[in-house]
Amino acid sequence: MSVVTAEHGHDHHDDHAHGPEKGWLRWIVTTNHKDIGTLYLFFALAMFFVGGTMAMIIRAELFEPGMQFVDPKFFNSMTTMHALVMIFGAVMPAFVGLANWMVPMMIGAPDMALPRMNNMSFWLLVAGILLLASTLFMEGGAPAGGWTLYPPLVLQTGKALPFAIFSVHLLGISSILGAINIVATILNMRAPAMSLMKMPMFVWTWLITGFLLIAIMPVFAGAVTMLLTDKFFHTSFFDAAGGGDPVLYQHIFWFFGHPEVYVMILPTFGVASTIIPVFARKPLFGYSSMVYATAAIAFLAFVVWAHHMFTVGMPISGELYFMYATMLIAVPTGVKIFNWTATMWKGAMTFETPMLFSIAFVVLFTLGGFTGLMMSIAPADFQYHDTYFIVAHFHYTLVPASIFMLMGAGYYWLPKWTGHMYNEKVGQLHFWLSAISVNILFFPQHFLGLAGMPRRIPDYAIQFSDWNMISSIGGFIFGASQLLFLWVVIDTIKGGTGEKVTDEVWEDAHKHGLEWTLPSPVPYHTFSTPPTMIPSDHR
Amino acid sequence: MSTSNTTYYIPHRATWPVLATAGLLTTLVGFANYLNGSSIGSTLMIAGLAILVVMLAGWFTLQATESESGMYNHGVGVSYRMGMMWFIFSEIMFFAVFFGTLWYTRNLSVPWLGGEGAKLATKEILWPAFNAVWPTNGPANVGGHFEPMGAFGLPLLNTLLLLTSGVTCTWAHHGLIAKNRKQLIQGLIATVALGFAFVLCQAFEYHEAYTEMGLTLGSGIYGSTFFMLTGFHGFHVCVGAIILSVVLFRSAKGHFTPENHFAFEAAAWYWHFVDVVWLGLFIFVYLM
Repeated sequence: MSVVTAEHGHDHHDDHAHGPEKGWLRWIVTTNHKDIGTLYLFFALAMFFVGGTMAMIIRAELFEPGMQFVDPKFFNSMTTMHALVMIFGAVMPAFVGLANWMVPMMIGAPDMALPRMNNMSFWLLVAGILLLASTLFMEGGAPAGGWTLYPPLVLQTGKALPFAIFSVHLLGISSILGAINIVATILNMRAPAMSLMKMPMFVWTWLITGFLLIAIMPVFAGAVTMLLTDKFFHTSFFDAAGGGDPVLYQHIFWFFGHPEVYVMILPTFGVASTIIPVFARKPLFGYSSMVYATAAIAFLAFVVWAHHMFTVGMPISGELYFMYATMLIAVPTGVKIFNWTATMWKGAMTFETPMLFSIAFVVLFTLGGFTGLMMSIAPADFQYHDTYFIVAHFHYTLVPASIFMLMGAGYYWLPKWTGHMYNEKVGQLHFWLSAISVNILFFPQHFLGLAGMPRRIPDYAIQFSDWNMISSIGGFIFGASQLLFLWVVIDTIKGGTGEKVTDEVWEDAHKHGLEWTLPSPVPYHTFSTPPTMIPSDHR
Repeated sequence: MSTSNTTYYIPHRATWPVLATAGLLTTLVGFANYLNGSSIGSTLMIAGLAILVVMLAGWFTLQATESESGMYNHGVGVSYRMGMMWFIFSEIMFFAVFFGTLWYTRNLSVPWLGGEGAKLATKEILWPAFNAVWPTNGPANVGGHFEPMGAFGLPLLNTLLLLTSGVTCTWAHHGLIAKNRKQLIQGLIATVALGFAFVLCQAFEYHEAYTEMGLTLGSGIYGSTFFMLTGFHGFHVCVGAIILSVVLFRSAKGHFTPENHFAFEAAAWYWHFVDVVWLGLFIFVYLM
């Protein structure tokens, strides 16, 4: 098997691989999985800083009680847009970027299964985010009712409403096409020796994530479509006067929304399962249980949505069912935490930056998981609901989990992508500053929430002052530290430490993944012929 | 191409996807502006749709040319089939939202508005006079008096039309496999004709609803769910019929072999999916 490339369908002449297109047009018309992966990753990094700036505005306003910098309407827009930009612009695209870069290389495929569609997924993402960002400059301001877009509140949005809704549609199409592509690649493009149960965990987690995305993005699209018709076409889906129900929106939204949070965490698990064995110098502990745990988490994701709505006024039987079902998630998640720990147990561990981020992930994600368990208890959740406790909870599962593992993945694969070694000293400084400041930032928010401070407010009662100030200081340090990561990325691309990296970069990494059997930097086209051997630590 | 059966075709320099994105973005920006009452809205929308039409024609032509010149091996065909299957799965989830909405309102929220369960006090305080019986346009009688749509007129005819079109589509497929091009083309013509006949009947049905029955999209939750479900379905019938027309056009040009006819299969799968959704609609929207 060899790769055939052709000039746009006309001139398919030969069997040898083309190099990249010359000039900037390369990035517009590319169908190469590595190019598209790079586009996704840079776009995600840019959006990480845009969303981060919004977070800085929020923390600046909350630095002390009273109104300081922004008006309340704009503050609400910031909380809403921060969430939407971070979820749909930063975390999800970053993982799609990693999937684009790594999945074909990890399974020994020449490229993604549907390369033209791959290009379209990326550009639809850019279009969707452009629409979303444009709402900031519209009459009536950007959406300010929270990222969940609950009616009837969200229907009070000004000119921005249809733009925000169509942005969701575009982002949804982008995600569905991207996910279809990844699933088809994994199911159809593996090297002959790579059976499903020999795939790297990152590939497994993305296969399951892809399934989740294809199942849920249309649900969100349907929900926002009904918002649109309720606002502009006289329907009554979410209006009790016409026989509808605003709570129905919440059910539909969270049927999307709960699997959506696993879309952000499952690839995170995949990255951790990739990095930890390499630096513990042991195969991943309990591979098959990891696969089954991932699948179990994905299944449970579809049957627990109403734990986001305990206080909305559900029948008691509903409250009980959703409480117990939610608690079940702790079991497969516990299996995963146990396996990562057991992988490290008696390993010959070293602590390069990717491993530091991974260890911090295991510890801090466990903490975020525990607060999740606390909130699954319906009667207790009546106290926690819509307070800073929930803000602390999901930020622990997103920042020191998803974001940390994205950073870890960056440090882990940058040498492979660029052929240069990153600056380890700066990397470690970045890690320690991030790991300490993220706890200063989010840990006090648990206390604030338990004491009753509501989320999504620009001003607060005076007794919340101290912890808010500490949290804001942590936030500013965390935000500033991320500039170090930007520096590392640029520096590594430009040549890094000047040290020439080997093909396997990390000691014995070739045992852990096919990508380390390729040259560093990786050529434009890889595995034109599928590999016949797969790494020994794949079982 | 001589090596075509051993290579996985990786296209190079894709221009249609970017144009597709530009078309979609222009259409949606236009639609949003139109909804906000801006005068440039409809112009932008038409421009965007024009871009999309050009894009679809160009992209389909490219794919057909590549396919006919034998550039897609078995592996590429499997990827396309997987892509189509997962796409249809996403469509099923999209329709599930509206079926779910219908179920929820009929079985939960409307009875609650009528005071069922723990909601008696709510009803007594808010809408004591509300009689929670389906079909309803809600306690505020939103949209005024309306007649619900019966099942045994045009809808039954439409059911027969679509079911027959499923048969003719399969008949065409058998023709394709038996290398009987005449049967293939006749089957496809019948399928497309039945599809457009369905759309025509639905147009009559909507016209009757709006002009004689007082039933509109604004007729409370009944009108909302009725038109949303049947409307999105009708849109999908149109899309399916257009896809089948493209397949018919290609069949007439001599495309497809018994071994290699992904486009036909994809169109047929899509058509059967649309068919099954209609059966769901006929049962849950019209009959029950």
